[in-house]
Amino acid sequence: MAFISSGYNPDKPMENRITDIGPRKFDEFYPAVIAKNKGKWAYHEILEPGVLVHVAESGDEVYTVRVGGARFMSTTHIEEICQIADKHCDGHLRFTTRNNIEFMVDSKDKLEPLKNDLKSRKFAGGSFKFPIGGTGAGITNIVHTQGWIHCHTPATDASGTVKATMDALFDDFQDMRLPAHLRVSMACCLNMCGAVHCSDIAILGYHRKPPMIDHEYLDKMCELPLAVAACPTSAIKPAKVKLEDGTEVKSVAVNNGRCMFCGNCYTMCPSMPLADAEGDGIVLMAGGKISNTRSMPKFSKVVVAFIPNEMPRWPTMTDTIKRMVETYAKNANKYERFGEWADRIGWEKFFDLCELDFTHHLIDDFRQQAYSSWRQSSQFKF
Amino acid sequence: MAKHETPLLDQLESGPWPSFVSDLKQQAEVRAKNEAGIEFQIPQDCCEDLLGILELSYKHGRTHWKHGGIVGVFGYGGGVIGRYCDQPEMFPGVEAFHTLRVNQPAGKYYTTKYLRDIMDLWNRRGSGVTNMHGATGDIILLGTTTPQLEEIFWELTHNLNQDLGGSGSNLRTPADCLGQSRCEYACYDTQDLCHFLTNEYQDELHRPAFPYKFKFKFDGCPNCCVASIARSDMSFIGTWKDDIQIDQDAVNKYVENDPAYPPEAGAHRGSRDWGEFDIEKEVLDLCPTHCMKFENKKLFIDDANCTRCMHCINVMPRALKPGKEKGCSILVGAKAPILDGAQMASLLVPFMPVNAENDYEEITDLIDKIWDWWMEEAKNRERLGELLKRQGFQKLLEVTELEALPQHVQYPRENPYVFWREDEVPGGFTRDIKEFRKFHQR
Repeated sequence: MAFISSGYNPDKPMENRITDIGPRKFDEFYPAVIAKNKGKWAYHEILEPGVLVHVAESGDEVYTVRVGGARFMSTTHIEEICQIADKHCDGHLRFTTRNNIEFMVDSKDKLEPLKNDLKSRKFAGGSFKFPIGGTGAGITNIVHTQGWIHCHTPATDASGTVKATMDALFDDFQDMRLPAHLRVSMACCLNMCGAVHCSDIAILGYHRKPPMIDHEYLDKMCELPLAVAACPTSAIKPAKVKLEDGTEVKSVAVNNGRCMFCGNCYTMCPSMPLADAEGDGIVLMAGGKISNTRSMPKFSKVVVAFIPNEMPRWPTMTDTIKRMVETYAKNANKYERFGEWADRIGWEKFFDLCELDFTHHLIDDFRQQAYSSWRQSSQFKF
Repeated sequence: MAKHETPLLDQLESGPWPSFVSDLKQQAEVRAKNEAGIEFQIPQDCCEDLLGILELSYKHGRTHWKHGGIVGVFGYGGGVIGRYCDQPEMFPGVEAFHTLRVNQPAGKYYTTKYLRDIMDLWNRRGSGVTNMHGATGDIILLGTTTPQLEEIFWELTHNLNQDLGGSGSNLRTPADCLGQSRCEYACYDTQDLCHFLTNEYQDELHRPAFPYKFKFKFDGCPNCCVASIARSDMSFIGTWKDDIQIDQDAVNKYVENDPAYPPEAGAHRGSRDWGEFDIEKEVLDLCPTHCMKFENKKLFIDDANCTRCMHCINVMPRALKPGKEKGCSILVGAKAPILDGAQMASLLVPFMPVNAENDYEEITDLIDKIWDWWMEEAKNRERLGELLKRQGFQKLLEVTELEALPQHVQYPRENPYVFWREDEVPGGFTRDIKEFRKFHQR
């Protein structure tokens, strides 16, 4: 494997350098029907799960077939996506904000060949490459983070928990039987690159053990004041520590009782790892929404404080999620989002109906926002 | 024969949902065969080692990626995230496995030509593994070595006219919904504003000079498909000021259950039969302000009391449309829970015209004022929302030179502890105690 230069000269990095050019302009990628009718769309309709038509004021139509995908994808897979887009869609496609792929055609007669092509493709292991769905009052793709495949702070895997969950919820990816759309999100640690805190159902990786301290290396690897300042609960203080060989080193001490395992110290200081096979696992949250429709946007609430990591398919987690979805499907009113339903019936009823244990972990004791979550009323349900 | 046995990961190949394990295995095989004759610039078997190290994490229940590593391209402080594995002897193919963030086009439309150009580069100089897309919106190229970073950047900029995205304490790659390109709800051109601001602030995007990350997100309407209200420091949500446009004939089509007018655009065409559409139950009763009525086959909306929640428009999209005087609301300060708890964005500007003609001058003025304040006052790793909480909403109004409005609050304060400023109280705070004592004995 001989090194091939692109033209870059390491001795003169500024020579012919191009910077600050930004992304490519969006409109060079528009399919013709989109370019022509932008800003002049009259209405849209979901014809069946995963298939939409948008009708322009001009009468033009664009048919969209939405398919799910693992957001983790190889160039081999993307080449296959390109082949499909070349064959059916004049070489155009788009991705949605939830990692779905959208293939667009400009007339109805092109729809069936496209759908049949997509349905026919499977991976060697048997899973669909391009399952059609993810629209309307169903469950669309899960937005998620890197997990064990590429990150240093996760408390669980992302791609694996998502694959297991989407397998369990697959029927609802291809159906629209729910009272409203239901968004599932996954973040593999509290940093929440995936911002799951406003999802109908959120899967969150969580650590439960305070950081270990690698005293021998800490002062060499980290800025002590940054490690101390990183802690939101002031659980970390500077300390002098005697190593086994008698040398005294500058390090830190952690007040374990104050630690809520956010891992922010580890972000600032690699000598304070938290990961632990027994300590780490899954938190389930529910009832968040980001749309302003009917009720205000709301945060998800913690409904299961901890589920152990059960590799490779996390059955306790997927069973619990499935149970929540079924209970919601059975009990909520049409149009009612998961959180709107739980608010209406009361969370005490929610735990009852979903057969979830309510434990002390679920009562907020973090900062001032805790108070407003306690019940300041004699109104409640038995 | 696979390089590493992966009995745990193999169990993630079954089931209907696309298996990332199957995909990674096919990629490993394609690289091993190399029928295209690619001159790989990083280890050919990196995907096999990626499978191997992931299997080890599945066995141990812990990650095997080391903390960070400062790598990047010359002159930029973001766009590249260093990554090294903690078992390089076992998995030399992924010893260094850095990430590049490539700034996606607004709205995420692509041509196959563009994708193939990127993939061709990534097959030669990287692992061929990607995320389409990362949580912020970038195309994520997952896995390359340090010597390849400048080469990739050179090819991206010189051959593909394409720049990197943001990472670290800088402006993160802005992201948007597809907006007016294919959505009748969009109240402004999200893609144009997103693209304009991304280019306007290239320096802030590439060179970390901020206290912490800063995110712009652009939603075309209050449905908020990109979740700007929950995850961006500045959230631009399309809205309108005048009356919802009503097509009364189309309203009656919905009422008559005309099959060409399915409620919520057909979103409930699943295995469950919800029965006939009932405008009273499904629209009027669910309006949060109860500002609608339907009498004598005519829909009436008291627009002065409408809060533009989108429910009625979502349910009857062929009959109702946002008004004609369109713009956006600007909300600030959203963030995920790290560190002091999650924050939803708070309304700062109820209505802002979105005007491309003057290069979005009102918007860039506001951004500049907010950044001046945040860069001056924020502590290290303090998000805008946290500074807002620490110094108060009034401070934000002061620095942005905006008037207080009842729209800024859900309800007025419940305590009278007003920090009156001296200039607000006649005579000021300096008083004469001797003069006071003339009338009030000790």
